[in-house]
Amino acid sequence: MNGPALGTARPLGATLRRATVLPLSDSALPYRDGWVWLSQWVGASRLAWRQLRCEPTRLFAAVTGVMFATVLLVMQLGFRSALFDTATALPRALHAELVLINPMTMALFRAEPLPRVRGFEALAVPEVTKAVPIYLAQVFWRNPINGRHRAIQLIGFDAEGGVVRIAGLVPLVPLLRRVDAVAFDALGRPEYGDIAALLSRPGALDAQIGSHEVHVVGTVRLGANFGADGNVVMSSTTFHRIVPNMRRSDASVIALKLRPDADPTRVQAELRRFLPPDVDVLTHRQLVQREREYWASTTPIGIIFAFGCFLGLVVGIVIVYQILFTDITNHLREYATLKAMGFTNQYFDQVVICEAMMLAGLGLMPGILLSAVLYRYAAAGTYLTLNLTGQRCALVMVLILAMCISAALLTLHKLRRADPAEMF
Amino acid sequence: MILADINLTLEPGEIVILTGPSGSGKTTLMTLIGALRAVQTGSCLVLGHQLSGAGERARVAVRRQIGFVFQDHRLLGALSAAQNIAMSLEIDSSLGERDRMRWAIAILEAVGLADYAAARPDELSGGQRQRVAIARALVRNPGLILADEPTAALDRQNGRAAIELVADLARRRGLAVLIVTHDLRISGVANRTLSMEDGRIDGHMAYYEVSD
Repeated sequence: MNGPALGTARPLGATLRRATVLPLSDSALPYRDGWVWLSQWVGASRLAWRQLRCEPTRLFAAVTGVMFATVLLVMQLGFRSALFDTATALPRALHAELVLINPMTMALFRAEPLPRVRGFEALAVPEVTKAVPIYLAQVFWRNPINGRHRAIQLIGFDAEGGVVRIAGLVPLVPLLRRVDAVAFDALGRPEYGDIAALLSRPGALDAQIGSHEVHVVGTVRLGANFGADGNVVMSSTTFHRIVPNMRRSDASVIALKLRPDADPTRVQAELRRFLPPDVDVLTHRQLVQREREYWASTTPIGIIFAFGCFLGLVVGIVIVYQILFTDITNHLREYATLKAMGFTNQYFDQVVICEAMMLAGLGLMPGILLSAVLYRYAAAGTYLTLNLTGQRCALVMVLILAMCISAALLTLHKLRRADPAEMF
Repeated sequence: MILADINLTLEPGEIVILTGPSGSGKTTLMTLIGALRAVQTGSCLVLGHQLSGAGERARVAVRRQIGFVFQDHRLLGALSAAQNIAMSLEIDSSLGERDRMRWAIAILEAVGLADYAAARPDELSGGQRQRVAIARALVRNPGLILADEPTAALDRQNGRAAIELVADLARRRGLAVLIVTHDLRISGVANRTLSMEDGRIDGHMAYYEVSD
């Protein structure tokens, strides 16, 4: 072993030549040396891990707390995102550069009537190639199995216009030309009946919407939202046969297709110049954004989920703070000893911050994995689309890290109280 | 607490015991020499460095040249004996982890605890813990050792062994040692024994210096 042999005549100081004594001048202390700074962090992280590991029960409690905060965040963000995704499913399904909408319309599920003639007027602009009216209404659907009624969203439009893209619609376009033919949204709630299973049986499937008999020719996939538990897609002709009291001259929204080389913003400005004030011209993005903002701010739903996220972070900060505070309190005399030996407050700050980051790392992955499992159950129970995206995982990672580091920063004042002079 | 008429000089390799009743100022003097408190008035020269008026960073630099031995070892419970000693060397970041552990194990050999390098403090006896603490204090080759009641938590045999270890290493390496203690059993290892009362040592003059 090449170490100092204290029993020999050679002084320990000569053997430990490399363990140099630091000069006293403040400026000579190597705080600004990059390598020293990095090695300090490495040493601090080593001590941090050892401090955490030696108390397995407390470590488990801390990791569980971070996991809980992670799950809470992921679920809240997931529900919030599902709210926006499902609420904007129909606007996002519009394959149109511009839309005409009644300025009083806050959300499509409650669209105010819009004169259909505005679509014809918009065609006066050369860049506008198509103006397709879309009709929306909520009517009662009768479950073909148990006979129970439940409100459902009707979506009527010319499917051949190509302005609406819903999964599963394309093969049904020829069939929807038929009068009273409808396509059922398979992602709706099961209370409408297992329409997909009924369709797989031989023979036609008839259903009742309002007091009108319809023929179900297939299924599409759009999804339930907070405004409607299900959807039925049909031609505008069939729509007005089911909802005769809704005037054909009034649409819910009019989708405008532009020439490929057209600038939507410029065309929007031009349309706004000459169209009357009973119609608003929005880009596709603006329509989606309006829908999002409605659910986010006009109803308490967005606020509730945002508050849920905030609560999750606060709970996480409290738990991590408590764990770190207890850890510091229990090791205060040890830290004071290290201060006496010459370790600085900066070093201890690094130890605590490293502990916090380790807790974040240890709790984050299990929390996300558990959230993925919970997403499945929640999606099955709510019929909402819950996706654990990479973007959401990255956001949660940043939030959890910030949460843990915030808790660590709150405990640093405790570290300052480790007075080495008090140990004597 | 005001210290007055203190004139204390420690020679390299000298062991001095400081005794006295509670409240006599022993602890205050120890903390001032150890650069753990700021010197408010007077002059305090330790290992050639003036502590009077020195800022926290300057005092930290002095502390790194001093080895402390406490009454109750003050080892880190999460670390092994070798890791506790290696922590002391971590202050000097020019040494890598492997080198620090080598030095730590080497000094554990010197104090007769090489077989306990991987043991945690709760796996050691009281005497063994204090020997590890002594090794930790010595591994950086300090110019001065300050020991506060190093045998108070030990039985007679272990206390004697700990003090003799300090004395032996100090004399070999030329370290000055100041021991604050009420334990008269260990007075035999000291070159001098001083008594302190009401902030004074033997009524001598106003400054103290520890030579390097």
